[in-house]
Amino acid sequence: MPQSADKVIDHELLFREPEYQKIFADKKANFEFNHSDARVAEIRDWTKSKDYKDKNFAREALTVNPAKACQPLGAVYVANGFAKTLSFVHGSQGCVAYYRSHFSRHFKEPTSCVSSSMTEDAAVFGGLNNMVDGLANAYNLYKPEMIAVSTTCMAEVIGDDLNAFIKTSKEKGSVPAEFDVPFAHTPAFVGSHVTGYDNALLGVLQHFWDGKSKTTEPLVRVPDESINFIGGFDGFVVGNMKEVKRIFELFGAKVNVICDPSEVWNTPTDGEFRMYEGGTTKAEVEAALHAKATIVFQEYCCEKTAKYLAEKGQEVVVLNAPVGVAGTDRFIMAISRLTGKPVPAALERERGQLVDAMADSQAHLHGKRYALYGDPDQMLGYSEFLLELGAEPAHVLATNGGEDWANKVQALFDSSPYGANCKVYPKRDLWHMRSLLHTEPVDFLIGNTYGKYLERDCGVPLIRLVFPIFDRHHYHRFPTWGYNGALWLLTMLLDEFFETLDANTIVPGKTDYSYDIIR
Amino acid sequence: MSKKKSKEYEGHTIVPVRCEGFRGVSQSLGHHLANDAIRDWVFDKLDGTKRPEFESTPYDVTIIGDYNIGGDAWSSRILLEEIGLRVIAQWSGDGTIAELENTPKAKLNLIHCYRSMNYISRHMEEKYGIPWVEYNFFGPTKIAASLREIASHFDDKIKANAEAVIAKYQPLVDAVIAKYRPRLLDKTVMLYVGGLRPRHVIGAYEDLGMKVVGTGYEFGHNDDYQRTTHYIGDATLIYDDVTGYEFEKFVEKIQPDLIGSGIKEKYVFQKMGVPFRQMHSWDYSGPYHGYDGFAIFARDMDMAISSPVWKLAKAPWKAAA
Repeated sequence: MPQSADKVIDHELLFREPEYQKIFADKKANFEFNHSDARVAEIRDWTKSKDYKDKNFAREALTVNPAKACQPLGAVYVANGFAKTLSFVHGSQGCVAYYRSHFSRHFKEPTSCVSSSMTEDAAVFGGLNNMVDGLANAYNLYKPEMIAVSTTCMAEVIGDDLNAFIKTSKEKGSVPAEFDVPFAHTPAFVGSHVTGYDNALLGVLQHFWDGKSKTTEPLVRVPDESINFIGGFDGFVVGNMKEVKRIFELFGAKVNVICDPSEVWNTPTDGEFRMYEGGTTKAEVEAALHAKATIVFQEYCCEKTAKYLAEKGQEVVVLNAPVGVAGTDRFIMAISRLTGKPVPAALERERGQLVDAMADSQAHLHGKRYALYGDPDQMLGYSEFLLELGAEPAHVLATNGGEDWANKVQALFDSSPYGANCKVYPKRDLWHMRSLLHTEPVDFLIGNTYGKYLERDCGVPLIRLVFPIFDRHHYHRFPTWGYNGALWLLTMLLDEFFETLDANTIVPGKTDYSYDIIR
Repeated sequence: MSKKKSKEYEGHTIVPVRCEGFRGVSQSLGHHLANDAIRDWVFDKLDGTKRPEFESTPYDVTIIGDYNIGGDAWSSRILLEEIGLRVIAQWSGDGTIAELENTPKAKLNLIHCYRSMNYISRHMEEKYGIPWVEYNFFGPTKIAASLREIASHFDDKIKANAEAVIAKYQPLVDAVIAKYRPRLLDKTVMLYVGGLRPRHVIGAYEDLGMKVVGTGYEFGHNDDYQRTTHYIGDATLIYDDVTGYEFEKFVEKIQPDLIGSGIKEKYVFQKMGVPFRQMHSWDYSGPYHGYDGFAIFARDMDMAISSPVWKLAKAPWKAAA
């Protein structure tokens, strides 16, 4: 009997015991009627071949393991970034369970969000009644100061008109007439979570700046000296927002962060559940219109929003999640230029410390080849940092990246000798990535938790630097942006390198002749 | 389309399930639709001559409605095999299409999650004359009762085996209870989960001296609540499809020592300082089924309640005030 009260063993070890191994063998031999092991191995090997890769890349009508999520996920993220704001998704209930679970598994935090719970009758008659009742319930139960509405596929297929529905709901008394209900149509079958981020954020800005759906006068822009910052969808937001605010503080400049979920996903355990915490206030959103400029940290999260900001007369500085030395330099110099203040000595010192750390460690990463997948901006930022380290971002893939993005990545490759053997893959998925990893192997893979299967299948060590990360804890608390963020990224790259080297030199008396103690 | 494509691809089974997210009150309709899909696209397409090498025995049973969370189906299967039965299929955790096809040859279908798979079991009873029996492998009391119930459908040899297996595991059960019961005695639990768990796990808590003071289903039907009454005392609070708001209020009022629910609830209640275990995923632990699983269940409930972290939630200068 394998189990004992003294030393309880669970799923990790229990099933390796002979009693269970016998069960598995018998089940397979007597009841599964599978192909022979040889045949399974043969097919598996074929799927790793160049021949299979060509077929795989010719695939048209099927996506396998996309490296992206859907629009409403981005919209829920945005709603979480505003003060005392309840995220309200107009559609069926299961979708909302997904967004909440997904964020909670990543941040290990509660994620509040309500659904208008549309069912068959709403599919036939439209979801107006769901909106009317849903808004009333949400308002009365959870006492938000704002409700940000987005949509799922269902509402979009039916063609529910959010503007009209919200107006009708107010007329029916669901929420007071002056209560703020910004909205955005976020069809899940178009674009990805970064598109949803863009649409939802634009919805909030338009609501407050353009006269709240014709219920008030549009705000008139009176330019001031303040600077807005929009981060984009970011799995490391808890660490990054803190870092961004610290950087602006070092400049002695006032920053107006538009959409900041870093506090609601970082509340204490002290006996109280805070449904709302931190976030951009309504007053801050209104004041943001007057800003001299907005720094958009992730272009592809804000394509429409950036255009809208420019139309309002602001200078819009659009970046592509710049990290590392040169990337952060561009960010810092943009702040310096916009504020008219010199780069603070403290930041210059941090930069030097980062370069120092890179100089100490560069020999270990130089020439290493990486495959990476994730959101378009993040891929640009990470690729640039790898090139700075003398490493090669050999395969760069984004399911939600288009041709325009691919051209930018290619231009980045062309700017460095280390980019010569690198290739960009727009609109591809993780099954394409698998073919790449088998036919053109690399040293390391940068991705999210789903990369774990690729790690096992292709034998390539995974570095978790992409949302979502379910199987490691607390990474989101550390910044990846700024010079400090680059230090964390560097540490992550190095840790995986050293772990891999250690694992490869671990056999006593056989492979332990390397510089085991000092690397 | 499935028919056409199946011909195109060497007769491979293709199972279409029309399960629009907005249909029905809950995920429960999806269970029903999926059950029906297996009926229509696996059973009704069965070619009886397909696997002549399959030899039936009088002891052929199946495990229906076990999703093998943390290996639950395996720590159940081991007991069934130990009492001399032959498990010819697992539905659906660690199941295969071949096992689905084996199932109509069973002598008895054993159902763990009644909610999600009673439909296909009833169908097999009608069409193939296979009886089915519900069982509960959470906690030694229910495991022993279930093993005896299952054995009662077979001959004396199996009945004797069941007694032998119950006796074999008694020392483990005694040791687990001796270790954990004193630490968990009289602790109260509130549950809010799906499927069979809001009632099935109650016995396991009671075996450890704990008391379930509130329980509820995310997608229960009338028959689930009827079955629940057999498990609970008179004062147990029952709630159906609670909102976050309602659940929070119940917890504030009842102040349980432990909550068992899902990922969306976990961090809310932990912030409030209430020990919590996810009871869908076993909080990435398990198995909880069977005798091997009971030891893990006891360990996990103890580590949730006894963790030193809960004492740290209040800052000392606050506690003094």
